[in-house]
Amino acid sequence: MTATDAHIASQSSPDASPVATAQPALSIGNVSHSYGPRRALIDVNFTVQPASFTALLGLNGAGKSTLFSLVTRLFGIQNGQIKIFGHDISRRPGEALRLMGVVFQPRTLDLDLSLTQNLLYHAALHGISRREARLRSAEVLTRIGLADRAGSKVRDLSGGQMRRLEIARALLHRPRLLLLDEATVGLDVKARADILDHVRQLVTEQGIGVLWATHLFDEIMPGDDLVVLHQGRMLAHGPMSRVIADAGAQDVNTAFMRLTGTATLTGKPPT
Amino acid sequence: MSSTTVTPERSGFPVSEYIVCLNGIVWREALRFLHQRERFVSALVRPLVWLFIFAAGFRQVLGISIIPPYETYILYEVYIAPGLMAMIQLFNGMQSSLSMVYDREMGNMRTLLVSPLPRGYLLFCKLLAGTAVSLLQVYAFLLIAWFWDITPPTIGYLTVLPALVLSGLMLGALGMLISASIKQLENFAGVMNFVIFPMFFASSALYPLWRVQEGSPMLSYVCQCNPFTHAVELIRFALYGKMNWVSLAVVGGCTVVFMIGAILAYDPSRGLVRRGPGGGEA
Repeated sequence: MTATDAHIASQSSPDASPVATAQPALSIGNVSHSYGPRRALIDVNFTVQPASFTALLGLNGAGKSTLFSLVTRLFGIQNGQIKIFGHDISRRPGEALRLMGVVFQPRTLDLDLSLTQNLLYHAALHGISRREARLRSAEVLTRIGLADRAGSKVRDLSGGQMRRLEIARALLHRPRLLLLDEATVGLDVKARADILDHVRQLVTEQGIGVLWATHLFDEIMPGDDLVVLHQGRMLAHGPMSRVIADAGAQDVNTAFMRLTGTATLTGKPPT
Repeated sequence: MSSTTVTPERSGFPVSEYIVCLNGIVWREALRFLHQRERFVSALVRPLVWLFIFAAGFRQVLGISIIPPYETYILYEVYIAPGLMAMIQLFNGMQSSLSMVYDREMGNMRTLLVSPLPRGYLLFCKLLAGTAVSLLQVYAFLLIAWFWDITPPTIGYLTVLPALVLSGLMLGALGMLISASIKQLENFAGVMNFVIFPMFFASSALYPLWRVQEGSPMLSYVCQCNPFTHAVELIRFALYGKMNWVSLAVVGGCTVVFMIGAILAYDPSRGLVRRGPGGGEA
């Protein structure tokens, strides 16, 4: 799906009164953040385009989760500016958050509620009527293959199923930007591949912009945009092939090592 | 890749979305409460132990003179019933705050806080939901107390409702404020020692203030400054179809102050809480 297709598709969306703009899905401008004397992010700048998959690559402690907390307004922005489709998250958080779906690194499902109840709760937080929420819940549960478990408690699901449910929940209000923070941590190889495929489909079929934070090389594909974050600094940003070429490397693994001067990350280099 | 894209553009939120959100939060809180039957039982057992055992024992020791809103001599059980109703709400408020600390540590709180509706409104909904749950507990207590000859006027069951809502909001907001400043779940035990017990015992829940005054003028002064005393008195008067204006002003004022404090504490840009990387953040 091209961006134009996405525009057309959106016109049939009940929530969207589409406005074609030249806005990036996410724009991070000179963002810095400190925890007391420790600087967690230093002048980070990058954009995520609609209908694109951007991998935010960094070791544990690089500042990925801090950046997610800033983008989702869990933390206040100390320096810099963050915009979602042109809406400043500090000044117009409601408009910005409405366009965004988030999957956090820790599980945020209510384990004692059923799958449907979790989805209905999320829908209510976005002001979606109960009737519409039921329709959308049934739809997304079918899409992720969990329709037959709709009434089960979430605690009875496997880790991979929980993650799929979280992604489905993040998409329930039909956002145009999806943020996923280490969404595959703790999952087996097949569950990881399934989730990654599912998210990539969202990019191509629904034109959603995706920011995928990870420390695993094998989750990055040649066509992706790449942001390399290390010790709070952004070391590279651009199409993966350009980042690799600029680093004078053959693959993303080597490029990362050259950029950061660190040992290799886990995972295999993309082919 | 083309930068031309789609922006579902709307500004502001219609009232219906606020209502849907409120319903959703109350519904979720009620579901959680129903799933925790032991919480309901313990919430009832606590005041009933005070009523059946403590009050029965003290009935012969503590005489209650005729004080407003009562128009005649009353049994001690009748006197402490409003205090026990407020106690239910106090514990429920703290239980809600415990649940918020748990939700924060487990990550569930993020789901609430990334909703596009104003954060202050979301927290207010959370408070209302906790208050609604406390109302269920209080009315269940009143039902059982009725069989124990605690029979306020029938209209009192209705007139006490607004008082219970207000006191529930105040105690819930206090709990929320406390939860915002607690870094870890383990620290919550301290709340029991430093908030619940002092608030309950240094109040008019168990003894009339004139009795406290006789024993310790200083303690009586502390009791008068305790917002929980005013919650108890507001409930006591409302249960008999009367109004204690001073208590209403104190409880209303404290509700506003605690609520603003709680909302500020959860506002990342002006928060009271120093949040660190990876944990403790709301």
